[in-house]
Amino acid sequence: MAELSSASGSPILELHGISKTFHGVKVLDQVGLRILPGEVMALLGENGAGKSTLMKIVSGITEADAGGTIRLGGTEVRFTNPRQSVAAGISMIHQDLNLLPGLSVAENLFLGREPLNRFGLIDWAILDAQARKLLAVVHQKIDPTTPVHRLGVGQQQMVEIARALSLNASLIIMDEPTDSLTDVETDILFDAIRQLRAQGKGIIYISHRLSEIFRICDSVTVLRNGHTVAAEPVAGLDEATLIHHMVGREIGDQYPHKPAANGPVGLRVDHLSAPGIEDISFEVHKGEVVGFAGLMGAGTPQLGRTLYGALAARSGSIEVDGQRLSLRTPAEGVRAGIAYVPEDRKSEGLIQIHSVLRNMTLTGLARFAALLGFIVHRRERDTVDHYIKTFSIRTPGADAVVATLSGGNQQKVALAKALITKPRILILDEPTRGVDVGVRREIYSLISDLKAEGLVILFISSDLRELLGIADRILVLSRGRLSGVFNQGEATQDAIMQRAVA
Amino acid sequence: MHPLLRLLSKNKSLIGLIVLVAAISVASPNFLDIGNLLNVLRQTSINAVIAMGMTFVILTAGIDLSVGAILALCGAFAASLIAAGHGLGSTIPIVLLCGIALGSLSGLVITYGAVQPFIATLVSMTILRGVVLVYSGGRPIDASSAAASDAFGSLGEGYLIGIPIPVVVAAIAFAGCWVVLTQTRFGRYVYAIGGNESVARLSGVNVTLITISVYAVSGLLSAVAGIILTARLESAQPTAGTGYELDAIAAVVVGGTSLAGGIGSMSGTLLGALIIGVLNNALNLLDVSSYYQAIAKGSVILLAVLVDRRGKLG
Repeated sequence: MAELSSASGSPILELHGISKTFHGVKVLDQVGLRILPGEVMALLGENGAGKSTLMKIVSGITEADAGGTIRLGGTEVRFTNPRQSVAAGISMIHQDLNLLPGLSVAENLFLGREPLNRFGLIDWAILDAQARKLLAVVHQKIDPTTPVHRLGVGQQQMVEIARALSLNASLIIMDEPTDSLTDVETDILFDAIRQLRAQGKGIIYISHRLSEIFRICDSVTVLRNGHTVAAEPVAGLDEATLIHHMVGREIGDQYPHKPAANGPVGLRVDHLSAPGIEDISFEVHKGEVVGFAGLMGAGTPQLGRTLYGALAARSGSIEVDGQRLSLRTPAEGVRAGIAYVPEDRKSEGLIQIHSVLRNMTLTGLARFAALLGFIVHRRERDTVDHYIKTFSIRTPGADAVVATLSGGNQQKVALAKALITKPRILILDEPTRGVDVGVRREIYSLISDLKAEGLVILFISSDLRELLGIADRILVLSRGRLSGVFNQGEATQDAIMQRAVA
Repeated sequence: MHPLLRLLSKNKSLIGLIVLVAAISVASPNFLDIGNLLNVLRQTSINAVIAMGMTFVILTAGIDLSVGAILALCGAFAASLIAAGHGLGSTIPIVLLCGIALGSLSGLVITYGAVQPFIATLVSMTILRGVVLVYSGGRPIDASSAAASDAFGSLGEGYLIGIPIPVVVAAIAFAGCWVVLTQTRFGRYVYAIGGNESVARLSGVNVTLITISVYAVSGLLSAVAGIILTARLESAQPTAGTGYELDAIAAVVVGGTSLAGGIGSMSGTLLGALIIGVLNNALNLLDVSSYYQAIAKGSVILLAVLVDRRGKLG
């Protein structure tokens, strides 16, 4: 049950009609939100619903489209950089830690506002004393002179929390703060949140762990596809209603699903363990699309990487077409007929400073090489031109630099790059992220075609509707383990979500 | 890089070279003398050969500071082999293998030891400089009175159909490097590693092997340069090649190759080496004191890099 709210008075933060468009894709559409002093508000939504974009706008990391208003303590504000939002009393605890690993705990706590002595030098005695005081607030007995990289992730998170508290902000945003915390640390954090609430501060609490929402939050605001779909007090809500709000109901007919032909087993994974995944077993038939669902930290990307050879398996086995593989590098994965399209196009998928041609043929270059590794340029260019045409990739030509292409077109280049290797198994990690609706459809129908050709397709996605639409089976991971299996038709978003938060 | 841009930046080095040659021939008519021009080429050839190896390394976003030291050690080794009565047929392959091995060692430290290229090759340079001194006792190794001395000497001073042999060697090295870089998988992978190492690895490129190989190639070409330099003097100086690593890096950068890796060309490096060679020769012809030569050289390199940068930003 939610605790008694001490929220009252005029709002600390009030958002009205906030929209944000990226490359023509509307990720936030007329979103509103309001927090009173002493209120702990949960911000919920699936991955990609627009939570982080909204928080980036509030903290000044990105700017909203023209039209909406942000009011902080009654006055309208418009931040163009994070420094301004901090000065205005907003403090954000990021999910990915923002500490400098080489500096001490004390130096991190007071970065940019170190106490000075009368010579203008850092006063280490005062720094040390103040750091100890801050750490005591979060019940941490850490020596302030310890370099941050020596701390565990949970302790680092607590240092980050202590820093945010010390900024004396009126609004504190916490993005998945408990992800790396133990139960004890979580309790300490919740105590700190209760203190802040008593002091009349506003807190935006983002978490996938629904049980926490009921423990600590007063109200809930739910985003779905860039819209505010619910804003109500926690009292009177239950988990099922929340999940329903998050995933919605409508499933479009944008998914050209054809049932899988009953092919032989193409991929068999047996008791596979690797960093981030634990004891996973499943089989996939040729011509079958298996979807993988899981929240942040569930291990789905790690599973994809392990099957490709980019992460080393600790134990267990992988069999392709009945042949047991032991993959230690992606090069071995490629040779075994496995293709992998990573989630992060920019840093892992494509070399941004190189041309479409060089990117597209990089993995499958052996197919265009003659004796001594000489490249047959004619054949290479013909193939690249063929893919540019059949995938209708919008580019001035094969020699255009990839960075100049839009996200969707880059993704098509990445797909072509994987397919040029003529794989037996295709692993796609979030292939439709940051891609507009038109290209999404093209990717879905491409998957449908590849399925008909008998490929084994593993489709990792945090978009449940898309998984329900195109996967023949959905496997759900939670904390690195397989927590649920659904056949096409049996699965619902609510049911998947329940397995994912298990 | 966009082909148009690449063409432009290539032409920029070329335009720079032409302007430089034109200006110098006005200032010093002796410059265009065929004998002097051949001399410029011969003097440039050593730096050019080293810079070609450096191009592979820099394209992977690495750096090789050990080239001068490898040159000195391989030169000393060559001189003592000749002095001991060995012929060219056995000396050259052994010394080249030695260069490959020394370069590979840096590559192994960089890949398996996960040491930054700057540090790994700095260490290699320091150690090898010491090894040369130990090996030679700090004295020049004379190779002028052995059976193969004349043949050896002609590698540095001889001519093949009117062209100095070092220039012929540099031309062959250039052709080989150009083919490897632009026509083979290996070359493509070199660019890919410099463009984005994690993308390259995830694309199935054997990053470790290719990285070790580029340092091996750099070592091989340093050994080639060491043989030519030693042959020209028919004697190996223990301090030979001091500072050559910086001349080679300058040639690569003036030629438009990015120190961040992934972008650049072999022909750019050749032009870069020629610009620096022509400049050196001109400053000598014009009787500029060596104190001012350094200032002039530094300024020209800065200018070339700034012009190149502007082109990329625009």
